[in-house]
Amino acid sequence: MPNIIVLVKQVPDTNAKIVVTGDRVDLSSVKMVMSPYDEFAVETALQHREAAGGEVTAVTVGGAGAEKILKDAKAIGVDHIVRIDADDEMDSNALQTLIAKAVGELGGEVVYCGKSAADTGAGSTGPGVAERMGWASVSNIIGAGFDGGLSVTMPSGGGNAKVSVPLPAVISCDKGGFKVRKPNVKGIMQAKRASVEVHSIEAPASTVSIVSHALPPAKPAGKSYEGGAAAAEVAKLLRDEANIL
Amino acid sequence: MTQTIVIAEMSNNTVHASTAELVSAAIALGGEPTLVVPCTEAAQADGAANMGAANILAAKSAAFSHYDASGWAAALDAVAPQGTVITGASPQSKDLAARLAARRGVSVIQDAIAIQGNNITSPVYSGKAMQTVSATGPVVVSVRSNVFAAAQGGASEASVVDTDGNVATSVQEFMARASERLDVAEANIIISGGRGMGSPDNFSHLEAIADTIGAAVGASRAAVDTWEAIPHSMQVGQTGKTVNPNLYIAVGISGAIQHLAGMRSSKYIVAINKDADAPIFQHADYGIVATWEEALPVLHESLKGMMG
Repeated sequence: MPNIIVLVKQVPDTNAKIVVTGDRVDLSSVKMVMSPYDEFAVETALQHREAAGGEVTAVTVGGAGAEKILKDAKAIGVDHIVRIDADDEMDSNALQTLIAKAVGELGGEVVYCGKSAADTGAGSTGPGVAERMGWASVSNIIGAGFDGGLSVTMPSGGGNAKVSVPLPAVISCDKGGFKVRKPNVKGIMQAKRASVEVHSIEAPASTVSIVSHALPPAKPAGKSYEGGAAAAEVAKLLRDEANIL
Repeated sequence: MTQTIVIAEMSNNTVHASTAELVSAAIALGGEPTLVVPCTEAAQADGAANMGAANILAAKSAAFSHYDASGWAAALDAVAPQGTVITGASPQSKDLAARLAARRGVSVIQDAIAIQGNNITSPVYSGKAMQTVSATGPVVVSVRSNVFAAAQGGASEASVVDTDGNVATSVQEFMARASERLDVAEANIIISGGRGMGSPDNFSHLEAIADTIGAAVGASRAAVDTWEAIPHSMQVGQTGKTVNPNLYIAVGISGAIQHLAGMRSSKYIVAINKDADAPIFQHADYGIVATWEEALPVLHESLKGMMG
């Protein structure tokens, strides 16, 4: 029965307005939530447990404030919740090394995560952790089956490929066909009482550091037209002004 | 001069034209670029000629016959020189970038859209902010397409080197996409519909224009969530695909933050919406306040005239 780990990250609500104060993003008044793709990872991890048995442990990296999303994961049905204590900004090398150590300590055999976090959009953690563990990885899956070993569906070339994945492995999840379950009252009560296991793990020093944040440059005002007949003029501009067609 | 390694962006066993943009990015980082082409036959590296690289290395291995992250990272690591590595920023290439960086024990910086000296800028929070980082020592950097001009000249002959990597996964079955239509993630022109299209059947009007100008058809989350006939694979936005085509035509899309996050970096944006106050107009180069029923036939006829 597999020891299943799901990585979750706290990010600003995707509908939040992002403010830059000085040269840094200011998240002090932004509502924080579980990164949307991580919800698909939690769902897939729970489906894996339902098919194969075992237990699911949700793991996050961050300060005490990040525990809310662990409680959210617990309310949906994970068995254990773990926070790797960290406050500082880390580059991908430091973060992945930290997570790989945690997965090792927890004895994980399969790791699920979102295809990318809604803040960085990078999608580096899944494949990076897998490489550090010497495991297989598949990214951006849109479906998973658990009969006779793990097989996943993912976009490939001009279509989708069904791929069998040997365990241990790290799997990053896209939205695809996953329907995310909602917590019930019993789950929410259990989550309230659940205690978060806190681990301290040494991470290597970061060699990539943030220089600045800025808002994207404002676009100069475009040309606007009234009425559908203007579409002919716009088509002409696309050819003659934008040189696209 | 430090070595900079560019991993060629491959498409159907040929070197994709965007590879020459990656070489430009490598030059911007101050390196003398070596272009490494993952291939199963050395001839597949022919397309890498005159893309501005100082050297071309055809890395030949059966491991490159289908994409497997660990196999590709191992096979490329074995033959690519040490130094900063540049890859494309397609989902597959970002995956490879992360895996290769981890294999070399360095960090990865994804989705670069600007490089100045050691400073590398990428969009964060789905493009709602830009983040600039600086790196000491080698890193792996994935670079978005349509940002850097294509490099030219340089080496035209590839030296061939055999390599290998353990492929962990195996493809059981391949399901071709039902339609022949381009994927939004690969298209240079995208025409997308929102809930303002009224019904999924009306997407046929978008498809007709797409066929005329060689575009992909996309959709907003509202459209995907409302109509089962519009699949998630068409969704552009924060929980769908992030795109930066040359031209993005938004029809009946109001321009929620969710959607803007996925398409605001498009080079040109055309918006057609009957609501003059729709937020999409603030981001449009050309905005037309009209119903799609009025505007699309005129647009289609004009485009047909130009393309014919």
